[in-house]
Parts: sequence; C-alpha cells; structure tokens
Amino acid sequence: AMDTDLSSQDRKDLDKFIKFFALKTVQVIVQARLGEKICTRSSSSPTGSDWFNLAIKDIPEVTHEAKKALAGQLPAVGRSMCVEISLKTSEGDSMELEIWCLEMNEKCDKEIKVSYTVYNRLSLLLKSLLAITRVTPAYRLSRKQGHEYVMLYRIYFGEVQLSGLGEGFQTVRVGTVGTPVGTITLSCAYRINLAFMSTRQFERTPPIMGIIIDHFVDRPYPSSSPMHPCNYRAGEDNGAVYPSVEDSQEVCTTSFSTSPPSQCVFTVTKAHFQTPPPVVTDTLKVPMMGLAFSHQLSSSRLSCQPAALGVGSADMGYPILFAGGLNAAHPHQLIGPGREGGVPLIPSQPAHGTQADQERMCTPLDGGHYSAATPSSSEDTETVSNSSEGKCGSPHDLLETIFIRKVGAFVNKPINQVTMANLDIPFAMFAPKNVELEDNDPMVNPPDSPETESPLQGSLHSEGSSGSSTGNTHDDFVMIDFKPAFSKDDILPMDLGTFYREFQNPPQLSSLSIDIGAQSMAEDLDSLPEKLAVHEKNVKEFDAFVETLQ
Amino acid sequence: LFFHHRSRCCAPPRAAPAMNCRAEVLEVSVEGRQVEEAMLAVLHTILLHRSTGKFHYKKEGTYSIGTVGTQDVDCDFIDFTYVRVSSEELDRALRKAVGEFKDALRSSGSDGMGQISLEFYQKKKSRWPFSDECILWELWTIKVKVVNLVSEQERQICREKVGEKLCEKIINIVEVMNRHEYLPKMPTQSEVDNVFDTSLKDVQPYLYKISYQITDSLSTSVTTTMCRLIKDTLAL
Repeated sequence: AMDTDLSSQDRKDLDKFIKFFALKTVQVIVQARLGEKICTRSSSSPTGSDWFNLAIKDIPEVTHEAKKALAGQLPAVGRSMCVEISLKTSEGDSMELEIWCLEMNEKCDKEIKVSYTVYNRLSLLLKSLLAITRVTPAYRLSRKQGHEYVMLYRIYFGEVQLSGLGEGFQTVRVGTVGTPVGTITLSCAYRINLAFMSTRQFERTPPIMGIIIDHFVDRPYPSSSPMHPCNYRAGEDNGAVYPSVEDSQEVCTTSFSTSPPSQCVFTVTKAHFQTPPPVVTDTLKVPMMGLAFSHQLSSSRLSCQPAALGVGSADMGYPILFAGGLNAAHPHQLIGPGREGGVPLIPSQPAHGTQADQERMCTPLDGGHYSAATPSSSEDTETVSNSSEGKCGSPHDLLETIFIRKVGAFVNKPINQVTMANLDIPFAMFAPKNVELEDNDPMVNPPDSPETESPLQGSLHSEGSSGSSTGNTHDDFVMIDFKPAFSKDDILPMDLGTFYREFQNPPQLSSLSIDIGAQSMAEDLDSLPEKLAVHEKNVKEFDAFVETLQ
Repeated sequence: LFFHHRSRCCAPPRAAPAMNCRAEVLEVSVEGRQVEEAMLAVLHTILLHRSTGKFHYKKEGTYSIGTVGTQDVDCDFIDFTYVRVSSEELDRALRKAVGEFKDALRSSGSDGMGQISLEFYQKKKSRWPFSDECILWELWTIKVKVVNLVSEQERQICREKVGEKLCEKIINIVEVMNRHEYLPKMPTQSEVDNVFDTSLKDVQPYLYKISYQITDSLSTSVTTTMCRLIKDTLAL
C-alpha cells in the first residue's frame, strides 16, 4: 500500500546517503592501499562536512574517478560498484589482488528509518571497512610498495568480474545494511596465491612475476576504465586540476531526534579546496596532490615539507610529522637530538577546536637517535617514536617550519641565550618557559662536587672550556631531554637516560685532586727507605717467585 | 570453570547481563611481548565500532553528532596494523588496563593464561532505596595464552602467525558488529550518561568496563581435585 512506500523526502535522502556512501567507500579503500598510515582527527563540534560522522578525507582525483564510473547512477541490483586493486611491478607485469564490491540486492527492509538507522548503520559499515582494509593480504603488500611494485586501483560499475583473481580466491564480507529499496552489501574478494608468499620473499625474488606474466595477454573484458596508481608522483601528473565538483561542496548536517519522527536537516556549505604546489622530497614516496604526508626517513638527512593547506573543511587533519615538539611529560623541555645539523622544530599546536593539552610529543626527523623509520623504539605513550603516529595538526597551524641550529650538550654556551623567544617559533609566547625547570635539573645544577681546581675537571664537563669554576660549567648545559638510542623506559626502573644523567657528573676522584696527591707523595717519599729495607730482607722469596713465573 | 580469581575492575560495579546480552569469546596465543599489542588491537577494533562522535543536544529533542577520526597503528612485535579512533584519552585508558593485565600475567606464574573482558552496559536508574542497576548488553572475552619461544626463528614465525590470527579476529569482530542486533536506544539528553561515556572530549563510546582474570593453573588443578573428591564423597 502507499503508506509503506518511501516518502519522497526519504527517498531523496536515501539516494544521497547511498551515493556518498559509495564515494566514501572508494576513498577508504584507495587510501588504505596508498602505502601510508592514515590518520584523521576527531572533532567534537560537528561542522557538517563529515559524512557519516567519520573523518574520511576526500582525495579529489579518487572522487573524480568514482563519479566518472558511477556516471550519475547508484548501485542497484545487477549494477555494482567495484574497486579493483592490483599490483604492478617495475617491469610492467601486473596482477589483480582484490575486488571490493558494493552491491545491492532485492531484500528490502521497509520498516527501517532512513535518516536515522540507515545512516548510522552506513557509518558502522564504513568503520568496518576501515578495519577490514587493513587485514586482507594486500594491505601488507601495499605498505611495502615503492621499490619494485606499486598498487593501482580501478573503479568500474556494472557486473562484478572476479576472474582475474586466479583460482581459489577468498571472500570476506564487510557488512550489510538493509534499506527500504534493497540491502546494501560490501565485500571483498581477494587473491590468495600471493598470500602464501611472505612480502619479504616477494621483494627479493622478481622471478615470481612468472605467475602473472600471462595475465595481461587475454583480458576477458576490455578495460573500461584505466588503472590508477594509488600513490603517484605529483610532479608527473601535469596539472589535471580536478574541479571541486558541485556535489563535493554539499555537506550533510544531519540532526537526529530522539523523539519520532526524526528530523533531517541538510545544509549546504562551501568546502574550500586548495591544492598546494606538490613538493617532491628525496624520500621514496611523494605527496599526493592535495595532501601532504611527511615521510619516514631512511637516511640521516633531514627533509621537511611545508604542510599543505586545507583540503575541505578546517577540521580535517592529516598525517603530519612534527619534527620537534613539547614533551607531554615535561612540557618545558624541547626534544632534540644531540646532533649537528638543523632540525625543524614545530611545537605541537593545540588542536583546532580542542583543548590545548599536550597529547603527543613528536620526534625530530633525524636518522640518528630517533630513527623515525623504525617503529621499534619506545612504546611509552607519551613519546611518539613512530613518526606516523604524530599528532594530526590542523593544516592552518603548520604554515611555518623553521630550522634552528640545535645546541648540543656540553657546548660552552650560556643557557640564557637559548630561550624560547629566540627560537622564533610560531606562538612562541604561548609556549611554556623552560627557565624554572633548569634549576631542578641535575644536568644544569648538579649535586655539589668538591671545590677543586683540577685541570681535569674542565675537560670532564665541557669541551673547550678552560677550567672554569664549578659554578659556571654547568650553565653550559642546554636543556634537552636526553634520550639515548635504544633505551626504553619500561625495561628497568632506571633506564639508560637516567643512568647517563646520574653518572655524567661524577665527583672528582680524590687521588686526582692535587692537595691530596701532593700529601700522599710526600708520605711516600718518607716511607721509601723503610720499604726498601723490607724488600731487601725478602729478596730470596721474590727470586723464588720470579722463578715460578719462568 | 575453576579460576583463581584475581579480578580487577576499572570502573563501577559488576553489571548483570540482560536477557539479550551478546557474549563473544576470542582466543589468542601470543608471546609475552605481544600481549599488549594484541589486546589493544582487539579492544580498539571493538571500540571503533562502539564509539560515536560527541552528541550535541539542541532544542526540541534533536541532537547532532561530532566527527570521529581514525588512525592506523603499527604493531612493533606483530606483523599487524589496526585502526583505532583518534582519541588519546581512550587510548590511554585502554593502555592502562592492558598494561595492568600484562603485569598480572607476568607475575602470575609460568603458565601465563588469562582473559580480558570488555563489557558494554547501560545504567538503569532505580527508585530509592534501590541503587542503580547496570545492565550488560554486550560482553567480549579475550582469552590469552602466553607462549615462550626460544629461538629467533620461532619468534619471527610467531610475528607473522599472530599477525594472521589477529586478521581473523578482526574479521570475526566485524561479523558480530554487522549483525545489527541489540543496541541501546539513542538517549535523550537527560539519559545520555546512562548509555554513553560522555567524559571523553572527542569521542563518545558506549559505557564500557574492562576487567581481567588470571588463570592460575596450579590452583586450578588443586581445586578441581578437591571438588572431585567432595563430589565423589557425596555421591556415595
């Protein structure tokens, strides 16, 4: 009967939900195969630009491809949207790895509330997709792409084609959502004969390409759409500016009501798209157009990318590596490596719209101590050794990065020269002052050591200083948080860093101090004749002893 | 069924299961150093599905929902990456609980068996003199067995194997989530704290509680023997 049919408003809403769900699905899948860790920020105040209440970025090119494939249609029975993920080697061979299918079947749920239940379930399904995209075999492969192979994606609409996956492919279901017009299902079919090979083996032995050599020869279906790399060099792509398509600016502010009937209010706001000039770095991966990812360094050279300006709404964060930052545990300390060379220092800014508590401390881009590329350093939640877990800053906060010459330990330089103001960081005046903590730091004011003027003392404490008095030598120490390589905080109550610090300024050896030395020397001289006499008496014993040694 | 209880609760009183309480059990065998990451991967995956954005109530009983960000976390000791919600508070809370569990496991003895429970509950206000009820609506139990490996080669294989196992667990979790079974009704403003944990500033998980138990195999055998003796005696 007519009562149970969908109201026109509901129908419009449902179509919109399905369309944006399809677009977001594609984004999640492609982003999960970029080879990078993805990070977006939560925002407690809804801006109305995040569909399904999830912070999923929109890579413009991907949206463009998806819309092209859909060509104004929506997934329906017999018309599925498929995202094909394949691998392409440097020699040109390629192999299909996964087909992600967004399908619609005929099973309808007439009773379900569109603007409320369907919307929330679609949100849940996207979360499941986020989780599942990390557990299929292609994920680990995609994280290692760049050298010998890259991952490509292709979007097509129509009938699902699984033949390219080889024999015995497996399927995993991500989830389903019933709607009044049909049930949406999301699943992934993935090749498994690659799964038995560890990714390391794959990288080492190119001859494995033998498996896929015949793949391209007889393609059963003509490629209806070209393959695209999930991760590509921005420089080569010549300014194909993807227009901010009208719909991308449409946002969904959905208000939910706890009392029926649920209200659905859509507002349209403008999304500001701004693509910065792509920056190519000397690391393996380069930023996608429209986004900037800071990358792991495998060399000890430093590179720093200016953060891209905002894509979309202001509270879309993206993975930005903070080169330095305020230590969450000791907010007055600057983290820096004790190395020569400039270190970009970007203090972590209060997140846009959230409280300014120091959520994360970030590590400098230095291949030495901090080796951002290896995730095997400290697990301490307060120290982020793995750069990709760095705080996601609002794009607008990261407009400036500055290089400073890092002052190393033991440098003969009065500490008051190195103040926060001089560092010229943005918002420096808001950064906590580090002055007071110096008084408590044993490195700066060590426990009392004997007041002696030993020439050795100078060299123990500072290079190049010429025997300054005890009081001043320790002013040479610059406030840094000393984190020795490979030290973990939780292994022993006293870790390597603490050990270093505690024993860095040992008290003088008494025998080295001149007074005592002089004293004992006089005594020695006096007692010498006595000792000689005793030795002469025992000369026979000594001789016998020497015999035994020969 | 005989455990040597040493359970620690991180939150309010034990909840009574509701009639339609879902209970899921996951089992993992890991090396000692993998315990924390494995637990975090599972707990975060569950909470990813059981957290929403912050609710903002407006007039006439309508509310809007904040945005939940997500991030990838690579494990150091397992070939595995999981997704968690971008909330430092939530991450800290889970790490604290998992850390305690790991310490308890470590100090318990050589066998190293235990389980972590993640319970989702609703509060039901009762009239005086009855205290508020906690009604459990979903219970996840993760059973852990710690294995000791000797050679580096074994360890490397373990990294991969446990990674694969965790992939299976994630698929299991997603399967359960997809059943769209009972979820608490969306609350009114006055009821929101009975359903959600509103104390976090950026996300809003359903009210949850984490607890754990360590299985002490030694006492298990003693208790089992004793019980059998008593049973046998009574059987006559």
